[in-house]
Amino acid sequence: MKKTTLNLLTALGILGGLLLVWQGLIWLFGIQPYLLPSPVRVAQAVVNRFPSLMTSLGITAMEAAAGLVGSLVVGILVALLFAQSPWVRKMFYPYTILLQTVPIVAIAPLILMWVGTGIGSVMLVAFIICLAPIIANTTQGLISVDRNMVDLFLMHNATRPQLLLKLRMPHALPSIFTGIRISAGIAVIGAITGELFGGASRVGVGGIGYAIQYASSQLETDYLFALVFAASVLGFAFFFVTMFLEWYFLHEWHESARSVEDE
Amino acid sequence: MGAVSKEHVTSAVAKTVIEPAISIKGATKRYGTRTPSTTILDGIDLTVAKKEFVSIIGPSGCGKSTLLKLVAGLNPITKGSIAIDGMTPANAREIVSFIFQDATLLPWRTVRQNVELGLELEGMAKARRNEKVDAVLKMVGLAHVADKFPRELSGGMKMRVSIARALATRPKVLLLDEPFAALDEMTRDRINEDLLKLREEQEWTALFVTHSVAEAVFLSTRIIVLAPHPGRIAHDIAIDLPFPRNEETRSTPEFEQCVVEVSRALRGVSKQ
Repeated sequence: MKKTTLNLLTALGILGGLLLVWQGLIWLFGIQPYLLPSPVRVAQAVVNRFPSLMTSLGITAMEAAAGLVGSLVVGILVALLFAQSPWVRKMFYPYTILLQTVPIVAIAPLILMWVGTGIGSVMLVAFIICLAPIIANTTQGLISVDRNMVDLFLMHNATRPQLLLKLRMPHALPSIFTGIRISAGIAVIGAITGELFGGASRVGVGGIGYAIQYASSQLETDYLFALVFAASVLGFAFFFVTMFLEWYFLHEWHESARSVEDE
Repeated sequence: MGAVSKEHVTSAVAKTVIEPAISIKGATKRYGTRTPSTTILDGIDLTVAKKEFVSIIGPSGCGKSTLLKLVAGLNPITKGSIAIDGMTPANAREIVSFIFQDATLLPWRTVRQNVELGLELEGMAKARRNEKVDAVLKMVGLAHVADKFPRELSGGMKMRVSIARALATRPKVLLLDEPFAALDEMTRDRINEDLLKLREEQEWTALFVTHSVAEAVFLSTRIIVLAPHPGRIAHDIAIDLPFPRNEETRSTPEFEQCVVEVSRALRGVSKQ
């Protein structure tokens, strides 16, 4: 506990130092606010435009969460299919890798062109970017069950559904969480990327990506900084929520979750 | 050597007048469909009478674990036949339990839930299951850790859970595949003693694969020594040490003599 407090103080100290250097540079060189606003101005922008900042944050959070949950549902279903036979895996697994390697900035405009602008298509972008890690990790978890454990179930005349529900699924849970953790981070990136290409539900109201574009065109650099700051906070929030869920479901029995707990 | 084993079996059956629990006839296992295929086991003939405790010992590559998997029906036989209580291995699973090399516990289940597994898969009602699990846990001395997870247990305790899980379904035949190889000697000795005590209460037939001569002698009524490449029966040695056996049995000259005899047989087949 004492060590954690010390770490926290060090982190805060570094942050304070950086802010001072930032403010100092602006004074020293007389940098214009539209190029680089001072930390004080950014803080003011946060306070003054708090309601619209929160609206944008809420929209992006919702889009990213929907994409993530959707990818979780679809990804696990696909993985269950992949786990059925090596043949199915060989046929379709390359496409999963394709899904992962295609740059999302390249296909986001296409999706928006095909599906139309709006929150729905931004969710779709987030969904696509999240899907591959979920599929890959869940499949790995489902098929990497120890041979002896499968034999144990067979010795008790286990049925296929029993093997799946009582052995493969619980065994895959830690891997599923690894997938969720990776996807949670990129879900926010996916949502913001989607918004940059026209993800406003109506003119003037959109997520962080939309607001960033708008602020940039208006040279509201202080608000732009506030939005970037909000985007990072959102990414962190997603990360911590998944970490908590992982800990909650695994800490009792799984080694990796336990080591996090011990630290 | 086939003749020796048959002679022994006939006399054993004549003495006890019990039909065999396990009957293996000409069991052959080859890997690979193309020639030359590798022959792992070649024409194994073995009859285990009810309540016998038979150990299979042999140098690595003699196919002793493969033989056990054949009896369990987990590995298809190439030639020959295996019957357990008159049934095929696949049909006999309700009366057979298998204890694996490592404890093979499900880490997401508590000790109680692990022991419960077999009964649960069979579809037994929760209330009856609890009753049975409580009894078995008490029997193997694990009642105090019933709600702990496997990662909280020592290697010896994990193995006890594994034994409890195997016994919970009240098997008539127990197949054990080098279950105590990873344990330290003291723990292993104690579990061996407890296993014999459990056998007195439950009276199952055991087929036990091991590397350790001393362990085989201590537990068995009979030891089969397999020769490697391909695996075949080289010796069939009866262990006539009286029951109940306990830690003092290990320091008797008769025990020593059996260990020497089995060791010599084992050295003989390893040199070939």
